[in-house]
Amino acid sequence: MQSPDLLRLATAGSVDDGKSTLIGRLLHDSRAILDDQLATLERVTRQRGEEGLNLALLTDGLRAEREQGITIDVAHRYFATPRRRFIIADTPGHAQYTRNMVTGASTANVALILVDARQGVVEQTRRHAFIASLLRIPHLFLCVNKMDLVGWSEARFTEIVGDFTAFTTRLELPDVKFIPISALHGDNVATASAHLPWYGGGPLLYNLETLYIASDTNHVDPRLPIQGVIRPNGDAHHDFRGLSGRIAGGVFRIGDEVVALPSGLTSRITRILGPEGELTEAFSTMSVVVTLADDLDVSRGDLLAKPGNRPLVTQDLEAMVCWFADEPLDPSRPLLVRHTTRETKAVVKAVRYRFDINTLHRDPGAPTIRCNDIARLQLRVAQPLLADPYHRNRATGSFLLIEPFTGATLAAGMLV
Amino acid sequence: MSRFQLPHLSLLEHEAIHILREAAAQCERVALLFSGGKDSIVLVRLAQKAFHPARPPFPLLHVDTGHNFPETLAFRDRLAATTGLRLIVRQVAETIAAGRAHEEKGPNPSRNALQTVTLLDAINELRLDACLGGARRDEEKARAKERIFSHRDEFGHWDPRRQRPEPWQLLNGRKAPGEHFRVFPLSNWTELDVWHYIARERLEVPAIYFAHSREVIARRGMLLACSPHVTPLDGETVSTRTVRCRTIGDMTCTGCVESHAASIDDIVREITAARTSERGGRADDQRSDTAMEDRKAAGYF
Repeated sequence: MQSPDLLRLATAGSVDDGKSTLIGRLLHDSRAILDDQLATLERVTRQRGEEGLNLALLTDGLRAEREQGITIDVAHRYFATPRRRFIIADTPGHAQYTRNMVTGASTANVALILVDARQGVVEQTRRHAFIASLLRIPHLFLCVNKMDLVGWSEARFTEIVGDFTAFTTRLELPDVKFIPISALHGDNVATASAHLPWYGGGPLLYNLETLYIASDTNHVDPRLPIQGVIRPNGDAHHDFRGLSGRIAGGVFRIGDEVVALPSGLTSRITRILGPEGELTEAFSTMSVVVTLADDLDVSRGDLLAKPGNRPLVTQDLEAMVCWFADEPLDPSRPLLVRHTTRETKAVVKAVRYRFDINTLHRDPGAPTIRCNDIARLQLRVAQPLLADPYHRNRATGSFLLIEPFTGATLAAGMLV
Repeated sequence: MSRFQLPHLSLLEHEAIHILREAAAQCERVALLFSGGKDSIVLVRLAQKAFHPARPPFPLLHVDTGHNFPETLAFRDRLAATTGLRLIVRQVAETIAAGRAHEEKGPNPSRNALQTVTLLDAINELRLDACLGGARRDEEKARAKERIFSHRDEFGHWDPRRQRPEPWQLLNGRKAPGEHFRVFPLSNWTELDVWHYIARERLEVPAIYFAHSREVIARRGMLLACSPHVTPLDGETVSTRTVRCRTIGDMTCTGCVESHAASIDDIVREITAARTSERGGRADDQRSDTAMEDRKAAGYF
């Protein structure tokens, strides 16, 4: 039997669109909720004076969330079918939606956005679709939920598809699917629904199981940010000097000529060690150790690429930034940038504009950048970054802005 | 699966190794919290791989409650010897003797909460800035919300409402002096992943994970192993059953499950078909609906 692969999905939706019910349904139908968890859920639901099963309590794990009945933070849930393993990052729909969706969805293969069939596309739907496009999530499923409450109407479904498409033509969303469901009754979630004879696209779970994700990762531009140098003590490995790192793009093979950046010195790969032993080639997202034919001066924060395919080596950055911190951006204060394995000082040179997520308009006159704002910044960094545009490579195109004294993560950035 | 795709277990392995290397690179003094349980055993193997052919650049730290299964302690010492990793042990009994913690009242007291004091004392004493732990998000609903690099303030406390966003694979290990991180390389692993990995790597685990005959006491829906720390109370009887441990914690709070699983493959089959969760047999989680969050906030593992 072939080993199952892994799909990361991020869910987003507005209040009361049935997102928790849908996740509960997926977990339940794939047997990921077990008897004692179900019993606990029933007991706690009853204690709260509610009836039936409050599936939101499965994902609202924190005391404050349960007390207030709202989701504050991203929760991760796991389920599996014979074909695939799934990680759900469940992102809250209302409070702190930008911060939470960026956290939960940044590594997702697919964003699953819910709308209530009665409400159709609302402001939250547009915001979530915009963030999905900003993060370049490769696939987006718009799940039109509560189809039972609109009489399973094909016309209503078509109308919502039209509204969403009209909005998203202005965004970069390479692959969008529309799926009518009723999460509460399980229609078209794990199994096809007799109520939707006009719909031929297959149930949600089938679409998740068969989604083609092999091309989601960059296999074109070889990039290996160096995490550390491995030099064992003892005579057995006397001459061993390995460079460890997780491949952030492309493929590396034994014998490949590589260039170390920022030094620009070149050498050849002599060995590649993976977790399961010696390899002849290694590709994106693999953690490896490589050895080189020459003793180059390479250390943490440097990067290996190919002489004919190099990243940008730059101290001047143009980036879209999601501001996370409670305190607004103060351009006069020093910052740190963490990019791949490199951390260096940074200053804000200019705030180009604030992006209005509701209208998609740029506001160049915005005085301050506050929590959950998205803005375009010009930054200058002390050491050059070895970077690619985010649209080309999520791993070498993303960074954090950090407060130097407290260490707090202030913002997430994507290089333009 | 195409040529450039990894099976999910390999993907989790590559991700965990990346996290271990980031912890070692970003933090000066690191220790791996070793309990002798399956998750920390997997973590040790991943640490060996992450720095191969060198040795992992950190010691093992075990907080010994004095209530451990003897099999766990024997296994711990054997693993330290075979891996050549330095083992640091700190005793809850010494924390109690020093007056920094007090034994719970009543029969069969639990030291589950007390070990937090010993752990935080050890972190201070050793000036650790990162502790590697084997906790997984699928274990428990508060853990489902926790970051991979999870920040602890100067009191060792976790504030779930002020967690740092953790987008992409960017792990932020910066902190103020006196603070530290708990780092969880197995965040995205499930119980079944851990057992599949133990099978793939042919890892040795303590014998109590396999079915064996044992004297147990049925208490609050759990089967507790009979020991000097767990004795029959009024109305309780001791019976001999064929059981195994699904998780390994203190004898006072780790429920055994009835099982005939004699091999790793048997365990994988048993868990695949199981209808109860891993921590369903843990008394420490059942004290209240937010027991884990409350203990974590105070600095627990």
